[in-house]
Amino acid sequence: MTSGPGEQPVVLALSGITKRFGALLANEAVDLELRRGQIVALLGENGAGKTTLMNILFGHYVADEGTVSVAGADGRLEPMEPGSPGAALRSGIGMVHQHFTLAENLTAFENIVLGTVPLIRPGLAGRNARARLAELMRRSGLEVDLDVRVSRLSVGEQQRVEILKALYRDARVLVLDEPTAVLTPQESDTLFATLKSLAAQGIAIVFISHKLAEVLAASDRVAVLRLGRKVADLPTAECDRQKLAELMVGHAVTPSRREPKAPGAALLTLDGVSAGEGRDSIRDVGFTLHEGEILGIAGVSGNGQSTLARLLSGLLPAERGSLFLRDKPVHAHDAGDMIRSGIARIPEDRHRDGVVGAMTVAENLVIEEIRGRRYQRFGFLDFSAIAARAREAIAAYDIRCPGGGAVARLLSGGNIQKIVLARTLDAEPVVVLAAQPSRGLDIGATGDVHRRLLEARARGAGVILISEDLDELFALSDRIAVIHRGHLSTPHPSEELDRASVGLMMAGHHTESEAA
Amino acid sequence: MIRFEPRENVSSARRVGAPVAAALVALLLASLPIAAAGAPVLEAYLLMARGAFGSVFAFSELLARATPLILTGLAAAVAFRARLWNIGGEGQLYAGALAAVAVGTGAISAPPALLIPLVVLAGAFAGGMMMLLPTLLKVRLGADEVVTTLLLNFVVILAVQMMLEGPMKDPMGMGWPQSEPMLDEAMLPKLLERMRVHSGLILALVMAVAVHVFLKRTVWGFEIRAVGENPEAARHAGIPVTATFVRVGLLSGALAGLAGVSEVAGLKGYLTADLSPGFGYTGIVVAMLAGLSPLGVVFAALFIAGIFVGADSMSRAIGVSNYLADLVVATSLICVLVSGLFVRFRIRLVTPKARKADA
Repeated sequence: MTSGPGEQPVVLALSGITKRFGALLANEAVDLELRRGQIVALLGENGAGKTTLMNILFGHYVADEGTVSVAGADGRLEPMEPGSPGAALRSGIGMVHQHFTLAENLTAFENIVLGTVPLIRPGLAGRNARARLAELMRRSGLEVDLDVRVSRLSVGEQQRVEILKALYRDARVLVLDEPTAVLTPQESDTLFATLKSLAAQGIAIVFISHKLAEVLAASDRVAVLRLGRKVADLPTAECDRQKLAELMVGHAVTPSRREPKAPGAALLTLDGVSAGEGRDSIRDVGFTLHEGEILGIAGVSGNGQSTLARLLSGLLPAERGSLFLRDKPVHAHDAGDMIRSGIARIPEDRHRDGVVGAMTVAENLVIEEIRGRRYQRFGFLDFSAIAARAREAIAAYDIRCPGGGAVARLLSGGNIQKIVLARTLDAEPVVVLAAQPSRGLDIGATGDVHRRLLEARARGAGVILISEDLDELFALSDRIAVIHRGHLSTPHPSEELDRASVGLMMAGHHTESEAA
Repeated sequence: MIRFEPRENVSSARRVGAPVAAALVALLLASLPIAAAGAPVLEAYLLMARGAFGSVFAFSELLARATPLILTGLAAAVAFRARLWNIGGEGQLYAGALAAVAVGTGAISAPPALLIPLVVLAGAFAGGMMMLLPTLLKVRLGADEVVTTLLLNFVVILAVQMMLEGPMKDPMGMGWPQSEPMLDEAMLPKLLERMRVHSGLILALVMAVAVHVFLKRTVWGFEIRAVGENPEAARHAGIPVTATFVRVGLLSGALAGLAGVSEVAGLKGYLTADLSPGFGYTGIVVAMLAGLSPLGVVFAALFIAGIFVGADSMSRAIGVSNYLADLVVATSLICVLVSGLFVRFRIRLVTPKARKADA
């Protein structure tokens, strides 16, 4: 394809890419073109085939059909050798994976030049490399302390090292897989500013995302994947949230909204609670959760959320401080006691903590109540009661599975989360702890989770929502508190907060109200 | 290049077929040393089969040999289901045998209807107690139960030797280190006249069915499966993980203890320090070959017992060492471990040429 007047030349073209994994069609006849200096967002739900497509582009996978072509030095498109990351690197494609591929015990500088410095006379090459890197950092605005070990850099800095590594290898096409998944809102803004300046210097950029806001803010063009097929490819200027969401899901989407409601009596109180050790511990945490209230807890992952969740799940004892449930002290660190006192727990890692993968859907639906009178007689399981419960829950929660006897491991993340929801929420809990309840779920499944949490709130339950997704927190929470390095800020009504102030607190800056 | 693709759903035919195939492959591999020893391979196998199934006597020997293996196999299977790696079946077997002898050689006199259950319970209790310490060390301090249970085997066997040389030594035993003989009222009845197969077999079969029902149909069995498959999720769901481990440990030890009871009170009639030719360890192979299924344990134990009994008889006939049996048993363990790979993965050979064509 030739470039039209006024348009930049095509530097990369995927045509007719099809990839199967067994019976699963991950990509089907996908075409994608990338022009010089353009930022393209690859949007799609989980399992839509975004990462597969990028892995084919970078040579991790070989496509079953179709070709990847890259512009050579003369600007002509040439087919690239498939299945070879080396070939992709030589053609000027750089990839920043979701999980970074840095050697933690080497410095940033060593990571960047790794594999490019010759063994003979490394000193001289090193000096040249430093000069080149300094120039690169100046031009791109990616500032990193080169002589610090990667393990001591923040996540945002590590990402900058990854990008520098790609640029140092003369990448003309930069691919980023879910680059904002680990960043604070401010770090994300910085990243996108950097990407825009790189694009202005002629680099073509593809980033993968399922977050509509950042796609709208940062891209020139959006390609939407659904079930492995490209369903739309259009200029970002012609899109809005609603349109993109519908393209991504394939049907109309109604965003979750909570009805205003006055909170009830105090339900769960934490007073000066410390627990856990190391980076993820919590120190002197206190709050009160009321009936019919959703209390959002924002924070960048790894700041104590997991410890707070484990404490409230009954998996970890409090070292100091006290917990009260309706004025009665809660001592035991015993998950069974928590369940019996009416605290429902939706775990952060649903595959590890939520279900026993090798057991059936039915067994996972009753596992928390297996000792209750409903499912056993004299220690023997009542299979008909268990099967009946499974049928009921599968219907009520629309759990997509072959039946109650299916092994839970084979279900998708969204359906596994529905098992957890059915099990915990049908017990009519007084408190619901939802830790990252929509992480990794697509829009449809996320909507289900939100609806169920709002139903619990409407019923009068108190909900603690731990999340890294500000959209989710603002849509659902009555009050929001921020956790940073184990300390929890005072919760404020979410109407009085905005994204910027919460984002700053997530990064560790105290707001004026905090300081006062 | 070899590619491993995980199978989504493992069919039950494949699950059952894999250990059978593994056993056959093990027999096939064992034909190499038979041939190397200069013996006719086919005849050797025929002799083995005849030695195991050829007569009522042969079959009775097979069943007698399978009895302790079913029990130690169950002991390993139930523990491994909970990922509690009890390697101490041998020691628990001896503890059970010691308790059976302590109760059954005259300490208590009672009619068989009372004494036999007492002997059986004492053996089960002693075996179970052997697992209490390793299990508590595991759940409280994180001590690796593979090490503790394995080392306890040697402690128990030395303790048995000490007892047999000292307080429990038979004064009428002509100086041999053996216990006093069991009272007749304490012996498990024979099943056939003049044959060695005894009612310990019935006990073993009943236990196999009981363990099957226990794991499949009871709350405790449910909890054991949950803890074994995913301890994090089980703990999160409020299942008492520590109590479950202790329960499994006691049950596993008790089953191995029953194997000791069965050998002493069913077969030998007195205790010596060479009561078991490694039944506790072979039980692990039995359990693995059975895919940790309690009912499968019965068939795996029959197979392994058949190999042992058949190899004895063959070695008498054509002079190939009966170490061959150990070889077959060891090879079948390796084969069944390898077969697990084929059950869980689809293995495809990808040649570089095919990769190019793919692209």
